[in-house]
Amino acid sequence: MRLFWRKSQPAEPEAVAPLEEGTVAVAIAEESTDEVEDARRTEAAIERTKRSWFGRLTSVFRGAQVDEALWEQLEEILIGADTGVQVTMSLLDRVRATKPRTAEEVRAALRDELVQLLERPAAVSRGRLWGNVEGDPPPAPALVLVVGVNGTGKTTAIGRLAYLYQQQGARVVCAAGDTFRAAAIEQLQAWGKRLGIDVIAHQQGGDAAAVAFDSIDAARARGADMIFVDTAGRLHNKQNLMDELAKVRRVIERGLGRSPDEVLLVLDATTGQNGMSQARAFTDSVEVTAVMLTKLDGTAKGGIVFAIAEELGLPVRFIGTGQEPGDIAPFEAASFVDALLAEPVTADA
Amino acid sequence: MLDALSERLQGTFRRLGSRGRISEEDLDAALREVRVALLEADVNFKVVRDFIARVRERAVGTEVLKSITPAQQIVSIVNDELVEVLGKDSKPLEKAKSGITRILVCGIKGSGKTTLVGRLGMRLKREGMKPLLVATDFERVAATEQLQVLGRQIDVPVYFEEREAPAAEVAKRALREAERTGANAVIVDTRGAVALDDDLMDELAALADEVDPTEVLIVVDAMTGQEAVNIAREFDEAIEGTGIVVTKLDSDTRGGAVLSVREVTGLPVKFITTGERLEALEDFHPDRFAGRVLGMGDVVTLVERAREQMGEQQVEQVAQRMRSGQFDLEDFLTQLSQVKQMGNMAGMLDMIPGLSQLKDKAQIAAVNEAFLKQAEAIIQSMTLQERHNPDILNGSRRRRIALGSGTTAADVNRLLNQYREAKKLMQMMSGGGRGAGGLRRLLGF
Repeated sequence: MRLFWRKSQPAEPEAVAPLEEGTVAVAIAEESTDEVEDARRTEAAIERTKRSWFGRLTSVFRGAQVDEALWEQLEEILIGADTGVQVTMSLLDRVRATKPRTAEEVRAALRDELVQLLERPAAVSRGRLWGNVEGDPPPAPALVLVVGVNGTGKTTAIGRLAYLYQQQGARVVCAAGDTFRAAAIEQLQAWGKRLGIDVIAHQQGGDAAAVAFDSIDAARARGADMIFVDTAGRLHNKQNLMDELAKVRRVIERGLGRSPDEVLLVLDATTGQNGMSQARAFTDSVEVTAVMLTKLDGTAKGGIVFAIAEELGLPVRFIGTGQEPGDIAPFEAASFVDALLAEPVTADA
Repeated sequence: MLDALSERLQGTFRRLGSRGRISEEDLDAALREVRVALLEADVNFKVVRDFIARVRERAVGTEVLKSITPAQQIVSIVNDELVEVLGKDSKPLEKAKSGITRILVCGIKGSGKTTLVGRLGMRLKREGMKPLLVATDFERVAATEQLQVLGRQIDVPVYFEEREAPAAEVAKRALREAERTGANAVIVDTRGAVALDDDLMDELAALADEVDPTEVLIVVDAMTGQEAVNIAREFDEAIEGTGIVVTKLDSDTRGGAVLSVREVTGLPVKFITTGERLEALEDFHPDRFAGRVLGMGDVVTLVERAREQMGEQQVEQVAQRMRSGQFDLEDFLTQLSQVKQMGNMAGMLDMIPGLSQLKDKAQIAAVNEAFLKQAEAIIQSMTLQERHNPDILNGSRRRRIALGSGTTAADVNRLLNQYREAKKLMQMMSGGGRGAGGLRRLLGF
């Protein structure tokens, strides 16, 4: 995936070069020891998740037999990872249909299915920044609208995205659009101070759409490259709040002269089947283009992204782990699934 | 989404043929349906396994196999078992017999700890106590500010320290502050984590040592998936919880996490939170919640809320009309305005059996103030005869009504469509053809 944007003014060439897949964490690591530490922690966290989830999967494949016990175990592991009953069943049905004769063949077929499931949406995504669009990146400033239910970590995600882009030489403006939750504005302002970036804010209780609109003006005036718009967490089944969010999107369209370049849904990795309902509702009201999976440093697996990818065709773009600014990494379907099915280091070859 | 459990079970038994009695194999087929329903509600798969085993045992032990309504029998057993796991009665918040009531609030990131501290503060204040809120989360950016803002909103003092210090020490000084100011309840917010690591475990243990808490509340997000069991177990083991608080139950989650958490910790659910406003802190009712987990709605809460808002008599009238399926535009108007009084429409639809799975719920829920106002105008522009018998509304009558209400013929048509939809729903609910039948029997109405 590329972190794609157009600089508003000429800058040193290496900062503008779009990144190759999977290079973000590395690029950050080269910056300074602090960032090395960040990247290391992120990797360790991802490793932890991989071990707990995929470690179990691998041990299942250790036996050579393809019998009912194997299928049952796989079913439990996938369901236990919040993949959901329906997706799990259809996944395993497709694997069964390949008539695998050994546990290794089951593993290979399951890997293919899982990777395909996650890669398909990435290939058709319409997001202008992270999607697979031909042609030029969007004109500066590019805008990312960040949405999600309460407590998934939207504001923290914005802090990290801002940091990530700042590290790549982009000039970032953030819009404190969560005007509802107590101290959400202060939280984003504290991130702004920490990173030295501009945060556009109004009063608590103010109009989120107006904040977003002002941030576009401010970004243009300051020659910024990127705008991240925070929004108040809202439960997706509250129609009035979803309507309000749709309004924020419309106002952004008016101010920007085009739709937001990406609409990022922040999803908590501990979320169960309700994640599907969230993704559906937010897509209905603001046309989500990408997903960020947060809190992956626990033992939660975030398997609901398989269902979201299958049913809504939404790609996962980033994962969030710890509490530090650098605890963000691009989501890689292939390596995610590979790690999922890889033999542990101690296992026989 | 799949339909309510009772419908699914009836479907299973229909497929098995219309024989009066079912075999043990049939029972297993039915229990597979129960299993899927529970898994889809996010109940942990291990908890589901044990649960199904218990239900099976009870089903075999009773007369289910001989019953002529096996589906109802199984739903009833599942329901009883659910209520049992969820805890027979709700437990009130423990208060210190003398001195200061000390409450620790802990949980993972984003579960809603800080907001809960504010809500508890508000509740205790309303009960005539003098609470003090305590901030000990130095990690999350602006966590302290959030608590201060909440404190201001509910006019309750907040103890916080500018310089980072161990949580236990902050709490110690906060207790001294409480004694000094005469506060008789201290509610301590704690740092969250994604998973309970050693650092946080030590921090919480030290905090509990220092505070000697009356209540240790573990906050669980109702939308949590399979991981809920681990989260709850780890917190409970680290700091010996005394109760669970389930947050964000105003979402459309089936909330199976609550069942998982109850099963692994055995801790009582002390409160649930059901809205953005700080007042939205409610007691937990296991019997009502069982229906939600099974996708069967929560009629009792709906009726209770209606009763609070409208008074006994009116509720009876509405209930009677709902049951009889007689439902004209006049009723529709009354109901729309009652709906307006009762608040969140989507939340209410969730409580009505058979409707929680409805696809176009969002559309129905879009019954907002503006629509209600317009609907009122349109219906009031009709003659009584038209209201009682909408079938006579031909084109010319509709034009007249549109003119009279300052709307368009399209608006009038839309309203009539909505009315017909509502009527259909009412009939579905009262006709017993849908899944509500079994539930109604369970609830005895």
